[in-house]
Amino acid sequence: MTITSNGTAGSSEEQEDSLLGQGLLNEDMLAPSARTFIPSSEGVEVGARRTIHGTPLEERFNVFGAAAASISVAILVFGWFAPLTGQVGWAVVAFIGFLGFYAVLVSLKADGQEVKDRVMISLLYSAAVILIGALLFVVIYTLIRGQDALPHANFFFQTMELAGPLDPLSMGGIAHAIMGTLMQIGMALLVAVPLGITTAVFLNEIGGKFARFVRTISDAMTALPSIVAGLFVYAAIITLITHQRSGFAAAMAITVMMLPIIIRASDVVLRLVAGNLREAAYALGSTKWRTVWQVVLPTARSGLVTAVILGTARGIGETSPVLLTSGVTAVMNLNPFDGPMISLPLQVFAFVRSPEPNMVARGFGTAAVLLLLVLTLFALARVLGGRGPGQLTVRQQRAVVARSGRDAIRLTIAGARRERAAQVAAESSTSTSTPPAIKDALS
Amino acid sequence: MSYAAGMTTVGIMLAVGIFLTMRATDALSVAGFSFLTEQEWSPETQKFGIAAVLFGTITIALIALSVSVPLSLGAALLISEIVPPKLKTALITLVDLMAAVPSVIFGLWGVFFLQANVIPVSQWISNNFGWIPIFRVTNAAGELATEASAFTSSAFIAGIVVGLMVVPTQTSVMREAFSQTPMGEREGALALGSTRWGMIQTVVLPFGRGGIIGGIMLGLGRALGETIAVYMIISPIFVINWEVLKTGTNSVSSLIALRYGESSQFGLSALMAAGLVLFLITLAINFTASSIVARSRSGAESG
Repeated sequence: MTITSNGTAGSSEEQEDSLLGQGLLNEDMLAPSARTFIPSSEGVEVGARRTIHGTPLEERFNVFGAAAASISVAILVFGWFAPLTGQVGWAVVAFIGFLGFYAVLVSLKADGQEVKDRVMISLLYSAAVILIGALLFVVIYTLIRGQDALPHANFFFQTMELAGPLDPLSMGGIAHAIMGTLMQIGMALLVAVPLGITTAVFLNEIGGKFARFVRTISDAMTALPSIVAGLFVYAAIITLITHQRSGFAAAMAITVMMLPIIIRASDVVLRLVAGNLREAAYALGSTKWRTVWQVVLPTARSGLVTAVILGTARGIGETSPVLLTSGVTAVMNLNPFDGPMISLPLQVFAFVRSPEPNMVARGFGTAAVLLLLVLTLFALARVLGGRGPGQLTVRQQRAVVARSGRDAIRLTIAGARRERAAQVAAESSTSTSTPPAIKDALS
Repeated sequence: MSYAAGMTTVGIMLAVGIFLTMRATDALSVAGFSFLTEQEWSPETQKFGIAAVLFGTITIALIALSVSVPLSLGAALLISEIVPPKLKTALITLVDLMAAVPSVIFGLWGVFFLQANVIPVSQWISNNFGWIPIFRVTNAAGELATEASAFTSSAFIAGIVVGLMVVPTQTSVMREAFSQTPMGEREGALALGSTRWGMIQTVVLPFGRGGIIGGIMLGLGRALGETIAVYMIISPIFVINWEVLKTGTNSVSSLIALRYGESSQFGLSALMAAGLVLFLITLAINFTASSIVARSRSGAESG
């Protein structure tokens, strides 16, 4: 054992490692040869470590203290000192006060950088709180105002054909709008799903210059104003072909709005399909079309369903294209090629233009139905789309295992049969014995 | 076959442009260049132009941006940099969900809730900042107006509602850009003793600049094209109104929604021309946005 304390060559390190591995050396014996030195911390000032996650108790006290102080100041200012009124003004004063007090409280213990950090982060939090609060409020407000109309069962099963603006909520309903929405969306999906997914496949599997161009165009289409889509269908289909407004025209306008969303979302999902699956398919000699049909699409199925649902959620909410291409009616119309066919969002719009409180209540009820429909679709998309491509549920996994087990049995039996046939053929000429592996497989 | 699908998609987009142009030529050949400068809209008397409606569209979109940009930037930074992972997923889902809420529902909220609650704020701004011309609200005689009815259905209210509608889109574009900031650069900044905000300021924001601009412009495109919520809130006028807090404004899309029914063949052609202008503007904005995003560092890999 010759270990020098000034080991310079790389080989000595390997030597040490091997000796350590053999248990001949322990760490202590090597100590003098260590070449990395931790510099002495004497005389060097080390600042406090920054905490970037979690909130210490003191921090929470700062927040509470600043909040209490700012609320008190706002109450004082508004109640006693100044002739200020209004809830919005109160909130603004309280908020500015909060930021000021908070900065002061933090600066008691920390330096300028940290004060800036705390104040900016509380600004970010307030932006997010305002945003989420406002958006949730929009949704909840609609649902609450919709409560007047929703408990009436007739609201879902009757039409507005015989109900006037002054009739109570126990008469009339939105069955025609529900049917209209379902039919329009159904027709739109019939066109948009095959076209959208095929385009996404084209973007991913074929590629090239033209595919990049198509991707740019479909991105631009995402921002197509809905009213322009309505005008387009009006110019292209209504004035040229059908010469009247119809549910079919509305469905085509909705298709134009849904298509880019489906393309974009499917494109993202297809891009995630692992390349080795495709390569395996090609290596087995399958054609491009077969690879797409049997490998790529089934692997990305859950993501594609999500893409379609997201497109549907968007398409259901479109109002202005339907307004232009189909129009308002109070009658149930089940023929998509003849006459106006109303949809849920358009029905909301039509209801709330009336000054009658009952019509407005119906409008909110319709809006609540529409909103619940969209939220359900979205939740469905989340549940289905939670898994990446190729990730299976437990049940699917079990099915796959069972299938490959059956395949294994089938293959071994087939192999054994072939083997036996060969044996029989061979026995007729020369005698050979069955290979032991096949015997094992058969037993 | 999938090649054909790609062709169809491009074909639809081309067809939108071609059909609108075809149908718009009638009106455009009559109006000529004055189509962009005339404020009035009466195709019956051959006197029509989109100056006023275009002005209204742009004011509403700018107000929408001034509401949405601080909110979306703050929310995107918070979601990508600060909140713990569990809350992060929940917030992302919530924001995506909000992007799917139909615009008619935002319109309802704007008309039945926001309008009444914003009027005092408008009055306050007009009283205290009336010396800034755009915040002044005057009545027909040119005096400062104070009664509540002068503040209803204004571009300001429509702008707030449209702003809330475009926030989710902007937030998700920005968040995506921020979340691609290389871990090494973040850790480098933190290791040099920077605070969280210092790290955001010096690493995340410069990295995500393309995403921020792209997100803002995407939101702008949406805001310009928004129809039904604006239509429900505003009271349409056909003069340029600089006083954004005052009743009355207009937008290209709500002009189309307002007039499509009563239009003669020629009037329809004029509406098509207006739609064509809107289409070209949103297209230009969108292409600019996507090229900015693609050229920035954060968008380089996510083409």
